Amino acid sequence: MKILVTDQDGAEHELEGLDGWRTMEVIRDWGLNIKAECGGACSCATCHVYVAEPWFSQLPPPSDDEEDLLYSTLDKKPNSRLSCQILLNDDLDGMQVTLAESARRDP
Amino acid sequence: MSQNEIVTDAVIIGAGPVGLFAVFELGLLDIKCHLIDILDRPGGQCAELYPEKPIYDIPGFPMVTGQGLTDNLLQQIAPFGAQFHYNRMVNTLEKLPDGTFRLTTDADEVFLCKVVVIAAGGGSFQPKRPPVEGIEAFENKSVFYAVRKMDDFRDQDLVIVGGGDSALDWTLNLQPIVRSLTLVHRRDAFKAAPASVNKMKELVMAGKINFLLGQIGKLDGVDGQIDHVHITMDSGDLPVPATRLLPFFGLTMKLGPVADWGLELNDNLIAVDTEKFQSSIPGIFAIGDINHYPGKLKLILSGFHEAALMAQAAKATISPGERVVFQYTTSSTKLQKKLGVV
Repeated sequence: MKILVTDQDGAEHELEGLDGWRTMEVIRDWGLNIKAECGGACSCATCHVYVAEPWFSQLPPPSDDEEDLLYSTLDKKPNSRLSCQILLNDDLDGMQVTLAESARRDP
Repeated sequence: MSQNEIVTDAVIIGAGPVGLFAVFELGLLDIKCHLIDILDRPGGQCAELYPEKPIYDIPGFPMVTGQGLTDNLLQQIAPFGAQFHYNRMVNTLEKLPDGTFRLTTDADEVFLCKVVVIAAGGGSFQPKRPPVEGIEAFENKSVFYAVRKMDDFRDQDLVIVGGGDSALDWTLNLQPIVRSLTLVHRRDAFKAAPASVNKMKELVMAGKINFLLGQIGKLDGVDGQIDHVHITMDSGDLPVPATRLLPFFGLTMKLGPVADWGLELNDNLIAVDTEKFQSSIPGIFAIGDINHYPGKLKLILSGFHEAALMAQAAKATISPGERVVFQYTTSSTKLQKKLGVV
């Protein structure tokens, strides 16, 4: 399965996704600009992405913790999610996500 | 200039799991340690980011929480009497002409030591800035991310934002001395000690504090002094009169002053060799998440291994020429004496 990731500079990347992986892990593994400082513990908000439809509506709703963290970012949009909370499966094949500015690694 | 001078064998920067285990490995070789950490307690990311979350890849522990691992490490290193310095950031690190090191902290201390071990993980934890336009202009004047002196809040109209332990603890601690206090959180559920939540609710019931369900919006004020904090609620925008604001939005990690110490870096990580885990400056070691070498895996267990090898090299630096006999804790009565078990 594949996911399509647009980075903060607008470049598009087609990444090989693996069933059961977290979207954050795939993006990080391919070396894109994602800080993901808590490593997937849903404790920071530095793997923030925007998920395009129709995939956004297919995702299980965010937990209260994830919502709190999304509200702590400056660039939250209605289709914001933390990519560490999006577990990949075949239904999400082709999913398009865009990395948020707030997910950038420190310069 | 500072005047609190501390002389020791080793200074460990960072009291996360790897920094704590370094005390053990150095201690077996009779090296005395002081640890410095920016947090107010040991554990590093384990304590700050995931105290309750289970970790499954610590050898010998099918499952342990971040806090559990920290508590066990503290028990394991207790025999070595390391000294801890919390709530401090190391600002400068320099090598003196005689080959020893001088460190200074933002708490005005000077440490003089023979080796330095940087176990600073992802860098130093800094408060997260809330998503409020223009908040920078008010920072450290009327908006604070930590309470240094409680007296700065006496007789003030205080707004606290957040739903975790920091927000709840300061609500309870500051309520008796402020003029008014409003706690704001975006939902009616808190990630804090239940006893604190209950006490806070009692204060609300008694009319001693206000609780608002909403989010922080814009700030009004002049010259860095706020006069109103706007709260966005379901019912609309509510300007709350306020002279102090304490937003608690968690912490984030920044490399911080480490970048200025003249160490060879590799993408914000300290480059080390894999025999000694020594940086480009002899006598300064880097272990755990903050270092980089070919094949590096950011795992706690890798940091433990790095600590063991680092300690051998640190011993050779501190006691050059001394033969170090490699011993096992299972069989060496010498080591067992150090551990206080015989």
